[in-house]
Amino acid sequence: MIMAKPKPIQEIVNVIKDFDKVLVAGCNGCVAVCEAGGLKEVEILASALRMYFANQNQNIEIGEVSLTRQCDKEYLAEIKDMVPKYGAVLSIACGAGVQFMAEMYSEKPIFPGVNTNFIGVTLEKGVWSERCAACGECILASTGGICPIARCSKRMLNGPCGGSSNGKCEVSKETDCGWHLIYERLKTLGQLQRFEVPNDPKDWTTSRDGGPRKIIKEVSQA
Amino acid sequence: MNTLTPSNLEKVLAAGHLAVTSECGPPRSPDMAVVDEKVKEVGPYVDAINVTDNQTAVVRVSSLASCIRIKQLGYDPILQMTTRDRNRIGLQSDLLGAGAWEINNVLCLTGDHQSFGDHPTAANVFDLDSTQLIGVVKNMRDEKKLINGFEMTKSLRMFIGAAENPFADPFEIRVMRTAKKVAAGCQFIQTQCIYNMDKFKLWMKGLVDHGIHEKCAILAGITPMKSIGMARYMKAKVPGMDVPEDIIKRLQGVPKEKVADEGVKMAIEQIQELKEVPGIRGFHIMAIEWEEKVPIIVKEAGLYPRPKMD
Repeated sequence: MIMAKPKPIQEIVNVIKDFDKVLVAGCNGCVAVCEAGGLKEVEILASALRMYFANQNQNIEIGEVSLTRQCDKEYLAEIKDMVPKYGAVLSIACGAGVQFMAEMYSEKPIFPGVNTNFIGVTLEKGVWSERCAACGECILASTGGICPIARCSKRMLNGPCGGSSNGKCEVSKETDCGWHLIYERLKTLGQLQRFEVPNDPKDWTTSRDGGPRKIIKEVSQA
Repeated sequence: MNTLTPSNLEKVLAAGHLAVTSECGPPRSPDMAVVDEKVKEVGPYVDAINVTDNQTAVVRVSSLASCIRIKQLGYDPILQMTTRDRNRIGLQSDLLGAGAWEINNVLCLTGDHQSFGDHPTAANVFDLDSTQLIGVVKNMRDEKKLINGFEMTKSLRMFIGAAENPFADPFEIRVMRTAKKVAAGCQFIQTQCIYNMDKFKLWMKGLVDHGIHEKCAILAGITPMKSIGMARYMKAKVPGMDVPEDIIKRLQGVPKEKVADEGVKMAIEQIQELKEVPGIRGFHIMAIEWEEKVPIIVKEAGLYPRPKMD
């Protein structure tokens, strides 16, 4: 799941304050799960903005809509009659949704209302944590199902480094040492010999380093 | 005597001497006089001098530039290289530059995270890690090849080292991790500063039990305590540092004006004790911003004069 965090209200106010009508557009996909951009958050953000501008004696109309997803054209098309009525759209989908909205409604200013953070999981109610760095070449089979790219602060493939202490990362006592976790898991699985094999330099072309990525599945195209 | 490179350190070790190295942290301004001063102080008392690479992620004069200067002054520099700031293109380029200037030692490190340094908003690189960098240098030396297979007309003549911290967790993995570095091509290890002697000896025993000490020279890391404040700071703030309470108590047990002397005395005693530990091949003395104490520690520990190699 893609995790995001709402932007500070003042940052949002600064980008929309010169428009008469602004549409707050939510996404009921990932960002609804992490309570940053779903239907409920659209209502909360729209109310907060109305209150803010009322206090400033500024008359800005705030509209509300929430789409099934903002990363699919058919759902974005559902608001094609609505968007022209507004001066700008404040999308609280992830960065992909904001951009796809901007691609479809290219004549309209589209602003982001959240910061998109990572691919992660719900640890407990209100707590989300990163698990995958989308490097494009999964190595979890050899690391006990724990990713050193996403979970080691130095992306080490032959860790842990010398800063690992009591199972925690040198960067923060709040963060588990990814390689400590890998070690414990390999031990549990009886696969410690995997740890002894040095990992060669990684091919990063499948990662962000190869430029914007694309997947084509021809079967689905037909 | 079987050596692969013209490195003085490699020759000293190959001849069976206990080796002595020290380090020089370059300045935060473009001023080579600082390097000159430190190196002239420690140079005659050691076999090789490490130059740190933006240590604790604080921007300083580059390790390579300082190593070239040390070479010009007639000493044997050890180029520290972290994988934090450069990708494989930058690292190999600097290795070629170091080779061209006849720098013959390298210490392969991953590096402190940039969040500890003076530019915490920087992006990090970590294209490779320390173990992989060891393999890269070995490949450039023994196979004359870059990572991509490109064959050079000359090989890189580098004695290859790495750091190890026996005090980091999980402890039981530390011998295995050293073995991994040695398997990748590491020939010498400089350890983290040792204060917890029992734990260090346990790690050393693990290396000896696995025969790792025969393939790789272990240089024990020694850092004299300058003050009680420094001991407390290292205990509480420096990642991976293990300072037992006894060390602090001993420093507290002497009058304030004698604390620094006590710190030096402790360092000398440590060296004497470690000389008897099976597998120890030398000492890496890191007198942080206290280089003037290196000569006295080396002399009092019975490690002076240093052997003259051809």
